[in-house]
Amino acid sequence: MEKNKELRVFAEEIRVETLKELAHLGFGHVGGCMSIVELLAVLYGKEMRYDPQNPGWEERDKLVMSKGHAGPAVYATLALKGFFPKEELLTLNQGGTNLPSHCDRNKTPGVDMTTGSLGQGISAACGLALGNRILGRNDSYVYLVMGDGECDEGQVWEGAAFAAHQMLDHLIAFVDWNKQQLDGACEDVLDLGDMVDKFTAFGWFVRKVDGHNVDAILAAIEEGKAQDQQPVMIILDTVKGKGCELAEHTFPCHHIKFTAEQIAPSIEKAEAALEAARRA
Amino acid sequence: MYQMKKTFEKEKTEMRAAYCDTLRELARENDRICILDADLVGSSGVKAFFEEFPDRAIDCGIQENNMIGVAAGLSAAGMIPFAHSFGPFASRRCVDQIFISCAYAKNNVRIVGSDPGVTAAYNGGTHMPFEDMGTLMSIPKIMLVEPTDTVQLKWLIRALEKEYGVFYIRLLRKNAVGVFEEGSTFELGKFARLREGRDTAIVCSGIMVGEALKAAEALAAEGIEAAVLNAFTWKPMDEQALAEYAETCGCFVTAENHNIIGGLGSAVANSLSRIRPVPVEMVGVEDSFGEVGTEDFLRKRFDLTAEHIVRAAKAALARK
Repeated sequence: MEKNKELRVFAEEIRVETLKELAHLGFGHVGGCMSIVELLAVLYGKEMRYDPQNPGWEERDKLVMSKGHAGPAVYATLALKGFFPKEELLTLNQGGTNLPSHCDRNKTPGVDMTTGSLGQGISAACGLALGNRILGRNDSYVYLVMGDGECDEGQVWEGAAFAAHQMLDHLIAFVDWNKQQLDGACEDVLDLGDMVDKFTAFGWFVRKVDGHNVDAILAAIEEGKAQDQQPVMIILDTVKGKGCELAEHTFPCHHIKFTAEQIAPSIEKAEAALEAARRA
Repeated sequence: MYQMKKTFEKEKTEMRAAYCDTLRELARENDRICILDADLVGSSGVKAFFEEFPDRAIDCGIQENNMIGVAAGLSAAGMIPFAHSFGPFASRRCVDQIFISCAYAKNNVRIVGSDPGVTAAYNGGTHMPFEDMGTLMSIPKIMLVEPTDTVQLKWLIRALEKEYGVFYIRLLRKNAVGVFEEGSTFELGKFARLREGRDTAIVCSGIMVGEALKAAEALAAEGIEAAVLNAFTWKPMDEQALAEYAETCGCFVTAENHNIIGGLGSAVANSLSRIRPVPVEMVGVEDSFGEVGTEDFLRKRFDLTAEHIVRAAKAALARK
């Protein structure tokens, strides 16, 4: 049983809202949205400093969702925190929307970096952390979320070497280790081996936690913040599609299509999980 | 306003020295200016900047893609980054980072690609960008510039500091032919009109400006009056000037140290075809890869000389 009940409730709220968003469309990146719901709950429910009334506040903590296809989960989180009305979530991917499939800092209040071309977020996050250091924003952290499949990209490892060399200790990164990419299991498409070993070898402070346990994520972030001179990497051991029955039973579930009838039971179960979390 | 020198000779100061000095002056005035390099600090001549502003100078190592992404992140944090590598690596190698992290994300980044075209000389074909401007030209809203000499370069760096967007500066590192008097000022996106003439107009850039001025002299000796227009901004194109000279001259020659496909010639022809179609002859690299050699050898090898401009001008006139 998790101690941080309010974060569990927030996670389930994000899950339900994200599913409703995607259900409205009938397709989307369900798998990779579901697997980072607990992380988003911890970041926006506890760790990050931000102001929904002033999304451009310079001293804020920033999130680079480098796996930009998880945009719908980010939007649900931001709407729940009051960056924009929840009703707007149903405009996802519609012409003229502020909520495109991949994160866009010029469209969505609260989105800090434009992403979608995989591998680029780590460099932008390094630049943000470096800029904060140059400008003396010593209390500002930059959070970075990468996919495990995304780590196929060479730029990820350029950034990994750079962050360690520059001792960007206010950069806190996550790999959503959900073990699937678009074409199948990561180990079948391009096996990158042990992520902990890899980032450790690149000079990062690394922890690996259950990515669906809000207490464990929170503790790892706190531990990472307490050390200095190294960038922090938290490998989130996750299940792609977590909490969406349909996605969990579809392989691969990176991007799936469904009818309203097909997704309805998954939403009901997610809503039941939310009710259970509220009662707990 | 700009004033031209009486005679056009190689400058005593290298372009890279003028670049570094101007950036240092700017950095003293503006604490948001920073520079990045990809293990070419020794080549790009910015060592003095690194010594004066160690906190605002970042040698990224040999990783151009990351460098451009870091520059985008620095911009998102409020900094004004200048990121340098050799032309091919600052442009061709980083197209997606420039496109997505910089331009599409609406960041404020200046990218400097050095050793344009044949000036890469002994580094040879791998390092010889005949395609850098063309590679980047289709990125929406990007501004592409190629300064002619140190005077124009110094003005340009200061002018760009006040702008917001993504800029690619095609920078000669060595000594340029001096064309402008110290203190000259220009207008972004507008040709510098170096010489008036009613028979044809030569649109030129970079090392071809000196050649174009020589060509105009030679043409004048034969009774042909050629206007010389310095297109230090390739994008946006000065369409107003093109319209004027299409009217008065009725034909053009373009002269560039770049592939004519996707380069200055293409950009001029593209605009003219919509404004007022008139004959255009192009002097530049004809869809070739670079190769090794002295700059003089390569200028002749790729037909980048005043003689070729004269020939092209006569061909353009014949087509009027």
